[in-house]
Amino acid sequence: MFPRPIEKSTPTARFAYQAFLPFALILWLLPLLAIFLTSIRSATDINSGNVFGWPSQFQMLDNYTAVFTQSEAAQYMLNSVLITVPTVAISVALACLAGYALAIYKFRLALPLFFLFVAGNFIPFQILMVPVRDMSVQTGLYDTIAGQFLFHAAFQTGFCTLFMRNFIKALPFDLIESARVEGIAEWRIFWYIVVPLVRPALAALAVLIFTFVWNDFFWANVLTQGEGAKPITAGIRALNGQFVNNWHLVSAASLLAALPPVAMFFLMQKHFIAGLTLGAVK
Amino acid sequence: MADAPMHQTHGPSWIKRNKLAVTPWLFLIPALIFFTIYVVLPIFESLWLSLYEWNGLYDVDGNSTATWIGFQNYVKLMDDPNFWTSLRNNIAWLVLYMLAVPVGLFIALFLNQTVSGMRFYKSMFFFPFVISQVVVGLIFGWFYNPDFGVVGTVWKALFCEETVNLVGNTTFKCARPVPDILSSEQWATYGIIFAGLWPQIAYCMILYLTGLNNVAPDQVEAARLDGAKKWKMLWYVIIPQLKPATFIAVVVTVIGALRSFDMIAIMTQGGPYGSTNVLSHYMYEVAISEYGERYGYGSAVATVLFVIMLFFISYFLWRMYQDEKGTR
Repeated sequence: MFPRPIEKSTPTARFAYQAFLPFALILWLLPLLAIFLTSIRSATDINSGNVFGWPSQFQMLDNYTAVFTQSEAAQYMLNSVLITVPTVAISVALACLAGYALAIYKFRLALPLFFLFVAGNFIPFQILMVPVRDMSVQTGLYDTIAGQFLFHAAFQTGFCTLFMRNFIKALPFDLIESARVEGIAEWRIFWYIVVPLVRPALAALAVLIFTFVWNDFFWANVLTQGEGAKPITAGIRALNGQFVNNWHLVSAASLLAALPPVAMFFLMQKHFIAGLTLGAVK
Repeated sequence: MADAPMHQTHGPSWIKRNKLAVTPWLFLIPALIFFTIYVVLPIFESLWLSLYEWNGLYDVDGNSTATWIGFQNYVKLMDDPNFWTSLRNNIAWLVLYMLAVPVGLFIALFLNQTVSGMRFYKSMFFFPFVISQVVVGLIFGWFYNPDFGVVGTVWKALFCEETVNLVGNTTFKCARPVPDILSSEQWATYGIIFAGLWPQIAYCMILYLTGLNNVAPDQVEAARLDGAKKWKMLWYVIIPQLKPATFIAVVVTVIGALRSFDMIAIMTQGGPYGSTNVLSHYMYEVAISEYGERYGYGSAVATVLFVIMLFFISYFLWRMYQDEKGTR
């Protein structure tokens, strides 16, 4: 292990390390702590300059309910869910199929197609912006929930395919070989042998795509206009204009917007990190 | 030879015989169709549109009103000071964002211990990455606020004297004026990059923590017996083993730097006076939010960004290709 485990050092060093950890953490999360404290303060505290000190009164419940009652936040949150969930389902399903094809079958275009998906995943969004927006306007998908999740699903298919293909490639190929010898149909091999084995990858992808799409801001601006289809990230900007100088409300709204991915992360931490660090070890 | 297939008319059908050649395409078709419509074709359409002047409108017959102007959009770009500012800022982002890689490694080394509660600390350090960049932008916008943000408050405590006048109003007398980072043409970009580094460092850290977890212990012990100490050990034994993690950290950081849009849109909207614009935000501004829609010119800006990115993508793909060859 590197660095040398602290257990093997002197007790003083160990104590110092453990005592220092909480300070390091508070320093690291200072911006977040500050905004949390702001979100439970009253407006008078902020106006009188009491930003760091103890809140004169705790208004956590009031502030957070105010976000919902004084703005469209509930609608935005619902939109985010309606955009994110279908995106996850579609992109993971498509990538499962495509990843299987690219990992198991040997054909000349397998590698070029794989690289096409990988490359598509890295391109700047702006090169897609005008045509995708124009296409959405033409097909009536502009400013709708479906218009957003169809695009996100297609775009995220690139990343998902990269992920699934590498995961399936790492499975023992003998398994598929012997099933073929037994005469089992290809789609049955996929459904009954491969899909159960890639469950961990499906979970990892689901949490990652959920987080990526929930946090999207660019496409929310490009593909929507009104309140009806805006997700929370774009909604927050609208709230920011509406709650000018009501920093306690802006803070509360921001934290609410961050909550679902954060909850997802803490509930599915193992899968989340496994997904993000795929390829970080040989 | 030519009539060879004829002999097999009584055998299995064409589909059955070519099963292994046809099946992969059946599995691929749905993903390929989706990806082609929404990703592959729009790239070429954008490249094409960058040679037109178009406000995005159609005439009554449903024909686009775009007019062909050749490379004029690109000629215009050369004389556009906003374009050059954006490009310069993109380079600043690329260079400074790279700090996330060594800093992430440093924090990972600091946290790579097994004392009790370590799991909690690791996930809390990773926390900023999970939050949307919009929220990070809002948090830092407030953090930098000179009147009541963290920077303003700390500055007042250090350099200002609080005086209460007869009426009871509090005023501050400052030795140096409180900096308004996001309103300064000189500093705003760096302020945004600093905010952007926060989640990016968390990402690099988690990559390195996973990498460190898989460093071969026997090699570390052997090096230790040979008398390798701290920095030498890190440089000659650990970092070479972390190569795959470093590669991914560099890839995601380059992509992140060139994609930076959310935080700029939230914190400054490219201002003051366009000084914090980057190509990705400038493109958006030109194409939709500025006076009228200029799809053609915006596409030209996007094309420049795409070409820059293509340079990196080619390198990444080449590296992946080398690895693929190795595994076969």
